[in-house]
Amino acid sequence: MTAKLSANDLTLIRGESCLFQGLGFALNPGELLLLEGQNGSGKTSLMRAIAGMLSLESGEILWNDIPVDEQRQEFHGALVWLAHRTGLKGDLTLVENLHFEAALRPQANVDFEAVCERLGIARLRSLPLRSLSAGQQRRVALARMLLADVPLWLMDEPFTNLDREGRALIMRLTEEHLANGGMCIMAAHQDVEIDSTVTRVSL
Amino acid sequence: MGAPIPQQPGIFVGLIAIARRDLLLAWKRPGDVLNPLFFFAMVCTLFPLAVGPSAEQLTFSGPGVLWVAALLSTLLSLNGLFMSDHEDGSLDQLLVSPQPLPVLVLGKTIAHWIISGLPLVLISPLLAMTYRMPADVMGVLMLTLLLGTVCLSLLGSIGAALTVGLHRGTALLSLLILPLAMPVLLLGANTVSLAAGNEVYATGIWALGAYAVAALSLAPYATAAALRISNE
Repeated sequence: MTAKLSANDLTLIRGESCLFQGLGFALNPGELLLLEGQNGSGKTSLMRAIAGMLSLESGEILWNDIPVDEQRQEFHGALVWLAHRTGLKGDLTLVENLHFEAALRPQANVDFEAVCERLGIARLRSLPLRSLSAGQQRRVALARMLLADVPLWLMDEPFTNLDREGRALIMRLTEEHLANGGMCIMAAHQDVEIDSTVTRVSL
Repeated sequence: MGAPIPQQPGIFVGLIAIARRDLLLAWKRPGDVLNPLFFFAMVCTLFPLAVGPSAEQLTFSGPGVLWVAALLSTLLSLNGLFMSDHEDGSLDQLLVSPQPLPVLVLGKTIAHWIISGLPLVLISPLLAMTYRMPADVMGVLMLTLLLGTVCLSLLGSIGAALTVGLHRGTALLSLLILPLAMPVLLLGANTVSLAAGNEVYATGIWALGAYAVAALSLAPYATAAALRISNE
């Protein structure tokens, strides 16, 4: 039985320095891959490489046993990336931002109202995003992730700017996602207490 | 019978979504839209003041001035095409979007043209009056500008994509785009001049149209590739 998402012998060189070499992992539905390492150790770079935004020196990433390079569109349709920068428009309202994201994924079938309610952002819906706090913006980015309704979550430092409750919320959402057969790759400094199969990769 | 075919979202879903978003953003920040337009209007109105009101001179130089001003004003507006998306991280999100990148890029370019190219075409007759341009020549001017601004938006998107990661990339952007934009300028200005001299000008329009079609079919792919490279 081969893994849903697997990578072997990944090497990434940025400028003069080699960030990682011979790195490999396998991820199956219901599993969490935790990327650990100091600042600048290449966690974000690895994530960008998985998302196909950085070209690797060597190695390959397989989704359903097919290299992602050969099925970029399908692979992108199956993943959502919670990046360090939220990628939301400050001039647009929450609803306008999320409707744009939903329009890009017309097949996703998620109740918009329920998601906003759950993340505690329902009452902010008609405010321009730049008037929200960093943590609230973070929650809107989370809402986008839930609305995408895809199996693979890439989360780069998801706990940034969030309060204790927000952190607990992420843990809960991730646990639920994994329990429903989803997959998650997370880069985090903090201890992550999630009740599922966790593979750790140290960079 | 066979299973029902799942409804596939059309290829233009992403194009419409992103064009709508960019138009909405422009609506909320009218200053960004008006700046290049003011620049165009200013150059076109200042020029007759500087060279004097001689009718002969104005009729002679009108097409050239209008076209150069249109070109420069478009270059001015291109810098922002991917800039804000790059800064707030939404460019990264577009790169991992399930929609094909060239289609998204085309959507952004169309929005850019509606915001910067179309207003320029629409106000050009007003400015052409300063140069004593007859009404039928104004029609030719508008037609050439219509095709020309489409070309410039599309070609410019390639340059904007290549310079997106650079701070103050405007000069480099102009330098990259000018060789490609030169035929547009020559065709546009000369066609209007020919029309003003009561000569046959249709060839220029056809050539501009062909250039626009070529740009429309090739530029989105080049821009998408350039975005991937400059965002590594």
